[in-house]
Amino acid sequence: MNNSEQNDLNIVIVGHVDHGKSTVIGRLLADTDSLPLGKLEQIKEMCRRNSKPFEYAFLLDALKDERSQGITIDTARSFFKTEKRRYIIIDAPGHIEFLKNMITGASRAEAALLVIDANEGIQENSRRHGYMLSMLGISQIAVLVNKMDLINYNKKIYNNIVNEYSQFLRKININPMAFIPVSAMRGDNIASKSKNMTWFDGMTVLETLDNFNDAKQPDDLPFRMSVQDVYKFTAANDDRRIIAGTVDSGILRVNDEIIFYPSGKKTTVKSIEEFNAAPKNYISSGYASGFTVTEQIYIKRGELCVKSVETEKIKPFVSTTFKASLFWLGKEPMDLNKIYSLKIGSSKVDVKLKKIIKVINASSLDEIQTNGRNLFVGRDAPGAPQIPVGVADTPFQKGAINRHEVAECILETERPIAFDTADIMPLTSRFVIVDRYEISGGGIITENIGDEYSEIREKVLLRNFKWERGNITPAMRAERFCQKACMLIITGNQDADKKIIAKTLEQDLFNEGRIAYYLGIGNVLYGVDSDIKNIYSNAQRENREEHIRRLSEVANILLETGAILIVTATMLTQDDMDLIKTVLTRESEGDIITYWIGKNIDTDIKADIIISDFEDSDRASLMIKKDLQDRNIIYN
Amino acid sequence: MNHLDKLESKSIHIIRESYNQFKNLCMLWSIGKDSTVLLCLARKAFFGHVPFPLVHIDTHYKIPEMITYRDNLAREYKLDLIYGENAEALKNKQTFPDKNVNRIECCRLLKTEALRNTLSGEWTRYRMNHDTGKYEVSKDKEAYTGVIVGVRADEEGSRSKERYFSPRDKNNDWDVGDQPPEFWGQYKTDFAPGTHLRIHPLLDWTELDIWEYIRREDVPVVPLYFDDGTGSRYRSLGCYPCTSPVESTAKNFDDIIEELKSGKFANIAERSGREQDKEDGGGLEELRKDGYM
Ligand SMILES: Nc1nc2c(ncn2[C@@H]2O[C@H](COP(=O)(O)OP(=O)(O)OP(=O)(O)O)[C@@H](O)[C@H]2O)c(=O)[nH]1
Ligand SMILES: [Mg+2]
Repeated sequence: MNNSEQNDLNIVIVGHVDHGKSTVIGRLLADTDSLPLGKLEQIKEMCRRNSKPFEYAFLLDALKDERSQGITIDTARSFFKTEKRRYIIIDAPGHIEFLKNMITGASRAEAALLVIDANEGIQENSRRHGYMLSMLGISQIAVLVNKMDLINYNKKIYNNIVNEYSQFLRKININPMAFIPVSAMRGDNIASKSKNMTWFDGMTVLETLDNFNDAKQPDDLPFRMSVQDVYKFTAANDDRRIIAGTVDSGILRVNDEIIFYPSGKKTTVKSIEEFNAAPKNYISSGYASGFTVTEQIYIKRGELCVKSVETEKIKPFVSTTFKASLFWLGKEPMDLNKIYSLKIGSSKVDVKLKKIIKVINASSLDEIQTNGRNLFVGRDAPGAPQIPVGVADTPFQKGAINRHEVAECILETERPIAFDTADIMPLTSRFVIVDRYEISGGGIITENIGDEYSEIREKVLLRNFKWERGNITPAMRAERFCQKACMLIITGNQDADKKIIAKTLEQDLFNEGRIAYYLGIGNVLYGVDSDIKNIYSNAQRENREEHIRRLSEVANILLETGAILIVTATMLTQDDMDLIKTVLTRESEGDIITYWIGKNIDTDIKADIIISDFEDSDRASLMIKKDLQDRNIIYN
Repeated sequence: MNHLDKLESKSIHIIRESYNQFKNLCMLWSIGKDSTVLLCLARKAFFGHVPFPLVHIDTHYKIPEMITYRDNLAREYKLDLIYGENAEALKNKQTFPDKNVNRIECCRLLKTEALRNTLSGEWTRYRMNHDTGKYEVSKDKEAYTGVIVGVRADEEGSRSKERYFSPRDKNNDWDVGDQPPEFWGQYKTDFAPGTHLRIHPLLDWTELDIWEYIRREDVPVVPLYFDDGTGSRYRSLGCYPCTSPVESTAKNFDDIIEELKSGKFANIAERSGREQDKEDGGGLEELRKDGYM
């Protein structure tokens, strides 16, 4: 068979420190003649020179520190092939300090060998690694009980380990393909059947590898592709606008109708693009792809592309709040209410840990914190029991998720994101958490919680979905009018005369020949809102919300015309702003700018600009105009 | 998905990710088969375009055919090609062929130092002007924050430990003991000012994969890789004083692939023709930390 047509499989070797993972691989490579000529002799010679005993592990542990300390620090890849397929074998470190390296290695794998030292028995990381495999979604697992030579190939000890570990795996829903008694050092049951364990009639490690199933591409799941980028290269008169990304699951064909989430925009696939390849009319899971669409809609990185017909069955959620299982690798604990970044697919948003439901010791599976007690309260949760300190040099903190712990928790993102839940669509439920510059945790979304705007968002998605436009795109209008459509919100406390400033600004822009419109709140209140008019009492929060929703819908239509829309409001809060933004899910970000008129901001609003010098409305208007120029909202 | 399709898609994904995430991105092009495959993957990723500069470190001891080939391909593909060099060391004859330093030191000066200072913009960059077909001093002196490199994990021990996105500190140092986690297709793309990232899209490829891909995609490689009738060819390209041809009569892709699969090179390491690898035991790990390619 032509090699390039052959299948491949990535295998990771995990387990507790010193249980013999690197030795298993070294032995496997040596016994299958997969090492470069002279490599074994070279390592043996090096050991002789440094008067060290020879270790098969040195074939993998290439770093100076690894050899001098006799441990694996970072994962290594090695390559070998059998008649059946090609393998990339990934050696993972067993020391708890290098858990992040173990996860890095294991996440690349499609199957795993878990090594347990027969003499030492099941240890902390034998279990923790098993747990991590299940979180990473690796379900093909074989367990090697190693160093059988040290226990005289004793069947009884072996069986005890098999029983105990099977029980543990059952708890985390892993059903291992095999248990194999081996001695990596002596080569028993690695590449050939052991003569020392005639009582064992299962397969060798090598046979077990070939017996693993090929990793299956998830072509039969609904189509999902995160938009990685949108390309428009003008060189050599290329006028294609190509939406690029790697397909997570499913199949997409030319003429399929697609929707992008979270924006809810829809269009149709016009062509599949590929360079230096035969023309194609479909793309499928795993492929780095690109396609063009029929309508000139504005799409950017971070959107999740799905197929319209499939949304009737399984639709991605669009939300800011969800439940997740999370593992933490950061040097600092993960704190409640601190701002992190969350990366899911190709999108990246600010996120905070809103609530810890429970923290689990991934090895003992014990729940670490209070049972069912609300941990909403931050680090000094009253009555939270003292937790045994995990890793010596890591600061330990109550009411937070500490390094190497696993937690069930609720996360809240700053903007809504599109995702699936792990039970049906594991690939698009996975995320990582970035603390400053470092990836510090990862997790899977288990349940959508939804937020207070979920209902409104549904309406907006439907609106965008059904939105019909003439032949003029926003980009065409922007080019014609030399301005970007945007909504300016002029707010502040009661004293500041926001209306005068707004009207002066409208006049100034108009005089310059721009399209600007001052929208008085009253105009909406007594017209569009006449059925729910009595709004400004807090008791009628719902009405206030509905009022703002309607105002935003009116604004949305005006913005479609390409205008600069000027609105005034008193004492706007951040909640109001979030609501306005939810309704105005539009083409580009930054098309809502808030100006606070007054010396100090009296609400929790995050205004873009504070205009403290507001007595002179001409000057205030000038300042706003200058800001619009700086932001490239108006040009020429 | 077959083996080569998987490798190709993963590499393209990584190249696209770097293009999106780094403002100052470049790709190193050593003219060898690996970085030329990388170049072809970039053209696939961007549908025929290469939207960032290619940087070549010219030691001035490269086999002459390599430079001719480099310039021809740059013209044909309209590549934004930049080269850098260690002018000082060359002028002062601080080189191994001049018999003034040993091989490892020569590599350090002509490659590592030249690379470091070309990437940071401190030394002169020469850029091809496609109107004249000649190189000109480039005015762009900004440091590159993302550098795409064609290293493979199967080349040598410390490379098997690399990340796809590998951070380097201010001194270009690689902290192998504390590398960032990398999983679920999410990479380290956030970095502190002054540091930069090396990006390795070919990490999972083996030498055999490279040749099978070259055959499948008809990648244009330097003819030095083939036997020209003298019964020898280059398996790995570098500077002529330190790279020797291997005995082989492989004249085309098929011959080379056959040789690697079951023939005489089936289990002989690729860099066995490189003299500097033999000079010092742990030297390569040290050079790698320095940014040696
Ligand atoms: N007697 C005996 N010793 C073994 C066997 N397998 C491994 N060892 C020894 O156990 C020690 C640890 O082996 P490694 O392969 O380095 O262990 P590891 O699991 O890779 O360790 P880390 O990667 O650091 O977690 C070495 O000294 C090996 O020689 C075996 O089958 N029998
Ligand atoms: Mg090891």
